[in-house]
Amino acid sequence: MPPLARRNLFHDKIRLMVTLNGIVFAVVLIVVELGLFTGFTTATSGVMDHSQADLWIAARSTPYVDQAVDFNERKFYQVLATPGVADAQKYIVRWTEWKQPNGRTESVEVIGLDPNKSFGLPWNIVTGDVQQLKQPHAVMVDVIYKQKLGVHNVGDWFEIRGHRAKVVGFTQGIRAFTTAPYVFTTFKNAQEFAQFNQNQTNFVLVKAVPSADLAKLKAELQRRLPDNDVYLTREFAAKTNHYWMFTTGAGISVLMAAGLGLVVGIVVVTQTIYATTMDHIREFGTLKAMGAPNSYVYRVIITQATIAAVMGYVLAVVVSLFVILGGAKSGAPIQVGWQLLVSMFFVTVGMCVLAAIVSIKKVMGLDPAMVFRG
Amino acid sequence: MSVDVAISVRGVTKTYAEGSAGTPALNGVSLDIRRGELTLMMGPSGSGKTTLLSIMGCILRPSAGTVMVAGQDVTHLDEGKMPAVRLKHIGFVFQGFNLFPTLTAGENVELSLELKGFKPSQAKSEARHLMEIVGLGDKYNEFPRNLSGGQKQRVAVARAVAGSPEVILADEPTAALDSHSGRTVLDVLRQLARQQQRAVVVVTHDNRILEFGDRMIRIEDGLIAAQ
Repeated sequence: MPPLARRNLFHDKIRLMVTLNGIVFAVVLIVVELGLFTGFTTATSGVMDHSQADLWIAARSTPYVDQAVDFNERKFYQVLATPGVADAQKYIVRWTEWKQPNGRTESVEVIGLDPNKSFGLPWNIVTGDVQQLKQPHAVMVDVIYKQKLGVHNVGDWFEIRGHRAKVVGFTQGIRAFTTAPYVFTTFKNAQEFAQFNQNQTNFVLVKAVPSADLAKLKAELQRRLPDNDVYLTREFAAKTNHYWMFTTGAGISVLMAAGLGLVVGIVVVTQTIYATTMDHIREFGTLKAMGAPNSYVYRVIITQATIAAVMGYVLAVVVSLFVILGGAKSGAPIQVGWQLLVSMFFVTVGMCVLAAIVSIKKVMGLDPAMVFRG
Repeated sequence: MSVDVAISVRGVTKTYAEGSAGTPALNGVSLDIRRGELTLMMGPSGSGKTTLLSIMGCILRPSAGTVMVAGQDVTHLDEGKMPAVRLKHIGFVFQGFNLFPTLTAGENVELSLELKGFKPSQAKSEARHLMEIVGLGDKYNEFPRNLSGGQKQRVAVARAVAGSPEVILADEPTAALDSHSGRTVLDVLRQLARQQQRAVVVVTHDNRILEFGDRMIRIEDGLIAAQ
């Protein structure tokens, strides 16, 4: 058959641009909104997701990782003595205050860890080494927050709650969900920076022996530590995600923005494809009058929509990459994995075909006698 | 029905629903359209010409009466089977040409042929042949926007006769054309009727083309006033 669908689409370049603009706008909107949602979701639980610990132990009824109550570090030794535990470490996550030499202050979230362990460490280190955290007063921050924290180079000095802090390295891409950047340091430093008593911690991270049944180990630890809560890492991550996403305005607004982006995107694409089909309504009427089978008319309309979808998707991915790269340099965590991109391809084609089906209904309702009406 | 008769209409009425009363468009029309003839159908606006053409073209159903196309009673044919009858037996020429603007002149004809089951290579060669017949062999690759009104209508005629349907129904084919172009188009239609034994029906207001008709039917107030 002569390529009617392709020609209909490419014949009028301005119309084609309008169609593609609509699809690109919609796809970019959806990708960015879902990317923001994924980015925020990931950011809320990043510390847990990257901890490589098997279990997290917190004070009873800790609602999420960023709001944990202190408990006595004696529990740490009880944990170490539990069969099935290969290793453990005391771990601090706590908001505190960062002060620049010019007196400006920022909220930060200090993470106190043991650099000698194989878990609970900072990740994506681009400058320095985790062992450098063993130096007195040493901290690591993320390059994203250099400007916010007033950090220029390794070796810069700051003050955290009245204690000196020296930047010894940088991570890259470790965003906090809140506006308070993470500051990695040793457990001992963190106790000072976050004003803990010397025998207090707010988490114990557990690494199980390779053969351990984690559910059983969790139950055993819970039995031995009745005043604490013991979580599998993924459970605690999910609990934190849930807290930020569903019990704070911030999470709900990100979720609503993502949902709204999806709805607006679908509406824009539907209207665009519908308008593109309606531009050729008279030709479809002619085809019907000539006796073309419905299947042929469907095929033309759906092919038209599919070609537009594929072209729009490819352009939208290119535009989205620019937006994502822009976001990477700012505090906006747009996280778009290949799974989202692949899903979006099918969503785009699906939206366009759905819109085509809506316009098919209109075309099928056409009275072929319209062709005699001048 | 005689072998020469391509379309037979008997006692056809058509009433368009309009409120509770309904508007009658045809009031019991009977006629035969014969192969090898160019039949002119004339009458004032609103007389029922286009309604009759649509019924003969299996686009509209009559309210009463019977319609036979190529020996097949299509009066009560299932709605889903009507397109196949149109595709096989009837070619249309429209007042506004109705060419596909995104296809070349030749591709417009090819499309009609491929819809009728021609393979692409056969369709291309047959389309070239038909474009030669209507005198536009050199315009095969031109898009409709680059053709004059008369040339567009001749492409529409080539498209209508593609696949050798028994009947060509033309609705005001010269209305948008100048006198010379209109005569050229009618000349092509008359030749098709005579040389290829097609039944050609032309609905027109145009008195300038009376000489091309083998037969003239006059419709007034939904009735055949003269034939």
